[in-house]
Amino acid sequence: MAKQISVFLENKAGRLAHVTRVLGEAGINIRALSIADTSDFGILRLIVNDPEKAYRILKEADFTVSETEVIAVQVPDSPGGLATVLEQMSEANLNIEYLYAFLGTAENDALVIFKVEDIEKARQTFNEKGIRFIDEQQLYKL
Amino acid sequence: MTYWDREKECMPREELEKLQLRRLKETVYRVYAFVPAYKEKMDQVGIKPYDINSLDDLQKLPFTTKQDLRDNYPFGMFALPMSEVVRVHSSSGTTGKPTVVGYSRRDIDIWAELMARALTSAGANRHSIIQNSYGYGLFTGGLGVHYGAEKLGASVIPTSGGNTKRQIMLMQDFGTTVLTCTPSYALYLAEVMEEMGISPAELKLQCGVFGAEPWSENMRREIENKLRIDAYDIYGLSEIIGPGVAIECPVKQGLHIAEDHFIAEIIDPETGETLPEGSMGELVITTITKEALPMIRYRTRDLTKLDRSVCECGRTHVRMQKVLGRSDDMVIIRGVNVFPSMVESVLLDIPGVEPHYLLVVDRKGNLDILEVRVEVSEKIFSDEVRKLEELGATITKELESALGISVKVRLVEPKSIERSEGKSKRVIDRRKI
Repeated sequence: MAKQISVFLENKAGRLAHVTRVLGEAGINIRALSIADTSDFGILRLIVNDPEKAYRILKEADFTVSETEVIAVQVPDSPGGLATVLEQMSEANLNIEYLYAFLGTAENDALVIFKVEDIEKARQTFNEKGIRFIDEQQLYKL
Repeated sequence: MTYWDREKECMPREELEKLQLRRLKETVYRVYAFVPAYKEKMDQVGIKPYDINSLDDLQKLPFTTKQDLRDNYPFGMFALPMSEVVRVHSSSGTTGKPTVVGYSRRDIDIWAELMARALTSAGANRHSIIQNSYGYGLFTGGLGVHYGAEKLGASVIPTSGGNTKRQIMLMQDFGTTVLTCTPSYALYLAEVMEEMGISPAELKLQCGVFGAEPWSENMRREIENKLRIDAYDIYGLSEIIGPGVAIECPVKQGLHIAEDHFIAEIIDPETGETLPEGSMGELVITTITKEALPMIRYRTRDLTKLDRSVCECGRTHVRMQKVLGRSDDMVIIRGVNVFPSMVESVLLDIPGVEPHYLLVVDRKGNLDILEVRVEVSEKIFSDEVRKLEELGATITKELESALGISVKVRLVEPKSIERSEGKSKRVIDRRKI
């Protein structure tokens, strides 16, 4: 389990630069990110080394921000590694809202951040199927 | 029920109309004699002061508009020499030369009297601590409320607009009980209070008197819930006297127009024809006690309707419905009249949506396009695109069904729409016609 910081951004020049600058100046390191965009707005999703601080800093800078529970899954860093994990999730009827890759690795595995519909069910499934996911505190330290 | 001047406010209709006629006749004689612009207009239609013998005869007189004030800029419409004028106020003049209004000493006294009536109607008294956050200066809001509050004997904190955090600090420290400002500023105060972690329960605020811009019933609910106060609508315009022309009573079924000083009519804004009682149309006001700047049949551009039935509160003065919009704020899009207040009402009915919005009208090719910008607050934000798009679609659907035209809704970042400390700007019209 991990905390993702989600930020609302208007589709306007300089907004992404602004948000990353605000984080940078507060000494926050971005560990993973993805942007979902539409023609008018985007949602920036971030994994950072200190989510509580990042949340506070962004709120103070007048951004609309929220915390979302996500899960960081260890995926074998070899061809077909992600496919296997996704197939196993599909068999268990786990709905995935979105996913994106983490910038670092853990024990030679790639890391993929999943937002799932039912996080408890995901955890159980992962345990049953032997899919490894990484603990929150460990993740922020990577 | 508490009144400031029971005798005047509850005067029997018949007596009130007699008083109005006497004062109207005096006013018409005076403007004909002392204001060349009025004489010229009356001569043009062949009306002499002695032709005015009943309240219905008022309809024979020509209208006065903002343009007349501009044409006679700055003091040309004054009926007194400047030596008798003790104060001037002026509009912002965003659309050309400002309009200038003047007051004799007696005008100022009457204005204070009307404001004292208004504040009393909203529940204020000499024990009240009134924080007056209307702008002080050329705008009539600040000084108008100020003089009335002093006349009432309340303690006035003349904060004027702006410096919101300090306003809130003073509210806490001085134990403010009555807040006077524009409704949009009241909401902004509530928002900043929340950010500062201050609950309205810690304050002594009891009521607020809000005006200078049209606001909806939903906005009233929002202000009342957020600040935990009783919110009253006050109406006025500088050309007539300033705030205090009309005020809500605790019944809140319309605003009582001070009929011992003003005569109200409703006309069809297109034809200028007087409409029967109860019809919706443009409010026209004639002042009957003003000395420095009497106004004959002034076209307010405000749309409302009148109700002359006696109010439960006991006041006999006619009630005007909460103003739906100023025809100046109204935008006509593909032939449909759209008021910002209608948009506001729709937004406030969608849970979590804050009334921070802006209408942007543009023309692409021959088609007018209405874009409504709505700020995304934390309450409605989601990390999923689909949910935000659903929200956008809901707002679009609700707006389209209320306005009857297609609308493009754009979700924008919080605080990206300018917060106003005076009258808020709700419409940007980029059409070049």
